[in-house]
Amino acid sequence: MGANVKALAAIAAIAAIAVFAIAVGVYLAGMPGGRAAPAPAPPPSAIGGPFSLIDTNGRTVTDATLRGKPTVMFFGFTFCPEVCPTTLADLSSDLQTLGPSADRLNVVFVSVDPERDTRQQLARYLSSFDRRIVGLTGAPEQVEAMERAYRVYARRQPLESGGYTMDHTSYVMLFDAQGRFVEPIGYGQPPERRLAALRRLLG
Amino acid sequence: MHRRLFLAAALASLSAPVLARPRTALEIRDAWVRQPPPGAPTAAGYFTILNHGRTSDRLIGASSPAAARVELHEMSMAGGVMRMRAAGGVAVPAEGSVDLRPGGLHLMLIGPRLTPGRPVPITLRFEGAGELRIVAPVRAPGR
Repeated sequence: MGANVKALAAIAAIAAIAVFAIAVGVYLAGMPGGRAAPAPAPPPSAIGGPFSLIDTNGRTVTDATLRGKPTVMFFGFTFCPEVCPTTLADLSSDLQTLGPSADRLNVVFVSVDPERDTRQQLARYLSSFDRRIVGLTGAPEQVEAMERAYRVYARRQPLESGGYTMDHTSYVMLFDAQGRFVEPIGYGQPPERRLAALRRLLG
Repeated sequence: MHRRLFLAAALASLSAPVLARPRTALEIRDAWVRQPPPGAPTAAGYFTILNHGRTSDRLIGASSPAAARVELHEMSMAGGVMRMRAAGGVAVPAEGSVDLRPGGLHLMLIGPRLTPGRPVPITLRFEGAGELRIVAPVRAPGR
C-alpha cells in the first residue's frame, strides 16, 4: 500500500473509533434507570422523588406518606431465593437491635415483581420478618415509574423450565426525613456497618 | 489415599446430614437449605462436594420430593445489581472440591413444600457417579 493510502486508512480508523466512543458516551449518558441496562452510579440528587403504590392493606403510600421520618428502602421480590430473604432478615435483626428508636424509621420493601407479588403475597411473605417492614406493590406502570425515579435496575430473566427471575438493584437505600437520598448499604455489609449507617440516619 | 478416604468417611459419619455411597469417590458435606419465608415460591440449597477420586465429575441436576422442581443457579453481584443465571452443570475436579454457597452457586428449589422441623431429602445427579441422595437441614434466613 502507498504511504498516502496508509495514512488515510489510519485517519479513517481513528475517526471511526472517535465517532464510536462519542456514540457510546451519548448512549450511556442518556441511560435511564428502570428496565434499561444498568448505568454508572447516578448522583445522589438524582435518586428519589414522587411515587404512588399500595401497602399490604391496600392503602395508598406515596413519597408524601414517608416524609417526616427517615426511610430505609429495599427493592426485591418474593421469588428471590437468597438476597431478599437475607436482606430482610438482616434488617429485622437491625431493627430489633435498635429497639424503640427504630420506630422513628419508615422501613419499606418494594416489589420489583408486581405481577406475582400481590399485596396478599407480600403480606404473607413479610409476616416472618419485623412487623415494622412495610410491603409495597402496585400496577406495573407505577412500580416501573418508581424504579426510574429511584434509579433502580430491574429486569426479567426467563428460566428454562418456564417462569422467570429478576435481576435487580440489591442495596438498601437510606433517605432522610425530607425524602432526600443519603447513602446505600451494600448487600452483605456486616451488622456493625449496617447499624452505624442506621444510627447516623436516626441522628 | 486410603487414610484420606477413611478420615473422610469417619468425618462424614459425624457431620450431619451427609450420605455418600462407599462405591463413589464423591462426598457431600454441610448441606443445608435456607428456610423460605411463608409463601415464598423458591428456597435455596447449598453444600460442598468433595471428590476423592482421580476422575473429575459434574453435577448435572437434582430433584426432591420437597419441591416441584430443582434447578442449578449461579448468583453474581456487580455494581449493586444481583443476577441469577441457570448453571448448565457444576464441574467437580478430581481430588478437589466445589462449594455451593451464598453469593455463588446454589440449588434453587422451586415450589418448596418443606415440613417444619424435617430436613429436606434431595437427589443429586452426577454425570459419572449417578445419583447421590442427601438430606439437608433447614436453617433460618439471616447470618
